[in-house]
Amino acid sequence: MTTENLFELKNVAKLFTKGKETISIFEGLNMHIKKGDFMAIMGPSGSGKTTLLNLLGGVDQPSSGEISFDGQRIDNLSESQLAKWRANNIGFIFQFYNLMPMLNAAKNVELPLLLTNLSSSERKKQVATALELVGLSDRAKHMPSEMSGGQQQRVAIARAVVSDPTFLLCDEPTGDLDRQTADEILEMLQLLNSKFGKTIVMVTHDPSAAKYATHTVHLNKGKFVKAEELLV
Amino acid sequence: MKDFYLIYKNLTRKKMRLFLTTFAIFIAFLIFGAIMTLRSALNSGIEMSADNRLVVMHKISFTNPLPYAYVNKVKAMDGVKDVTHANWFGGYFQEPTNQVVTMAVDPESYLSVYPELVVEPEQLENWTKDQSGILIGERIAKANNWQIGDRIPLSSNIFSQKTGGQTWDFTVDGIFKGNDAKVDTGYALIHYKYFNETQAWGGDSIGWLILTTTDPALNEQVSKAIDENFANSNSETKTSTEQAFNKAFIDQIGNIGLIIFGVVFMAFFTILIVVGNTMVLAIRERTNEIAVLKTLGFESSRIFKMVLVESCLLAFLGGLFGIGGAYLIVQGAAKEMARFLPNLILDEAIFGQALIYMLVLGLITGIAPAISALRLNIVTAFSRG
Repeated sequence: MTTENLFELKNVAKLFTKGKETISIFEGLNMHIKKGDFMAIMGPSGSGKTTLLNLLGGVDQPSSGEISFDGQRIDNLSESQLAKWRANNIGFIFQFYNLMPMLNAAKNVELPLLLTNLSSSERKKQVATALELVGLSDRAKHMPSEMSGGQQQRVAIARAVVSDPTFLLCDEPTGDLDRQTADEILEMLQLLNSKFGKTIVMVTHDPSAAKYATHTVHLNKGKFVKAEELLV
Repeated sequence: MKDFYLIYKNLTRKKMRLFLTTFAIFIAFLIFGAIMTLRSALNSGIEMSADNRLVVMHKISFTNPLPYAYVNKVKAMDGVKDVTHANWFGGYFQEPTNQVVTMAVDPESYLSVYPELVVEPEQLENWTKDQSGILIGERIAKANNWQIGDRIPLSSNIFSQKTGGQTWDFTVDGIFKGNDAKVDTGYALIHYKYFNETQAWGGDSIGWLILTTTDPALNEQVSKAIDENFANSNSETKTSTEQAFNKAFIDQIGNIGLIIFGVVFMAFFTILIVVGNTMVLAIRERTNEIAVLKTLGFESSRIFKMVLVESCLLAFLGGLFGIGGAYLIVQGAAKEMARFLPNLILDEAIFGQALIYMLVLGLITGIAPAISALRLNIVTAFSRG
């Protein structure tokens, strides 16, 4: 595992305006994520977990401060540049899978590849590899409605890794699954981290899920705190 | 092209909604195709009018005759190129309902004023020599299955023969065609001289004059000169361009343009609301999916285009079926109505117009949902979901 930083957040602030009121989610937040990390972020509702995930995923921008990815600033990119950056570097895994209901598993997995210059046959080959990795080769033609929650989440993982991104962002990936299926999904994430070197940041409420990560950080009211402080 | 599958899947995800929306657009373009064809058929006389052709008729009505002497008087006027004349014979074959529009003309001058009528030289020569011959239009020939050499009795519901009876026997000497598909060939021509000699009353009079000017710029000047020349005579004249004459004839039925505009506009406006509402709802229920696509890296402009293409595809799907249906209806009606509306043709111009309207419908109904997809903020969309 390398110790090089993949993400670096310097003095990041995020403010929301609601009517005349300005709400601060973060102020002066500093953090870094090393390449090859599997980090779990825990914290109560409203602590800023999702906002942090949005900033790391480039779907939201900070009010001030700097966010760098692999040495390149991303906080000053335009919306279009951020879209390209996300397509090239990030794989997203959501709590509710967010598969396209009208597309079968293979076509769902193929979506990120539509943003590349790969030919149709090359795309099909990569989709087959990704589905094999998550153990769903035999379900390629199945629609999301024909699959269980666990299977849908595995399709979502295949979609997240199909374009071979460096970084995976998981927002409560097991929040909608039973324990056994959740463990299977988490083992898969662990494998992606240990065997394929993916850097993973996972937001979770579940301490059992956090145990699969190499380390856990706790967020409370927009600040990183020790686990014990969170319990107080 | 890579996005086409995605667009197609979005378009067809709710089959019943797709069917109903397509059906609504189908109806709109069916109406459009059929009504525009009808208008075109009614206006074909106006469209095919020559720029330099004028019609001189009696000031009171075209049913009042003019003296034959007017032909030579008009011919002698400045700016006049060719002059011919016509008499309304009326005409029906066997039954009054089986109308054959027939006019008594001077063969040589009539065909020089109407160069768009094409006759084989041999047929023309035969007809010119044969006083009791008739030159029939191609459409009339087809409708009645008449051929050259056929003897056909035509009755007039206006005129009688000197020898009694209202039926004249004619020999088909030739069949004229148009040099363009829209030229009316739904009538027949007989010799004025023969008609004038054999009919019981109203000798040496003509129904109206048709003339060509040496230059269309002289039309107004020549019209004025003719009407002034015959002012204060027993038969005062009213001269107008052939286009105005035909339009006045059509306008007797009513303001066709306004009626057609009203029907087409109402149909389109209703469909616009239906399709627009459907598109807005379709995109609204896809908010989460659009946010996912954006998260994966699909640029907003790309999603904007996908939504617009989807709405245009919908418009073209229903529209092409509609215009196809109109074509079939027109084809069926054209045979039945050949006598009354000879130019009932859904032509390239109407089809081209329909394609433009399909595109416009697609763009108008798609623009609002496309903009909302373009502006959709990922964070807001997920927090809503």
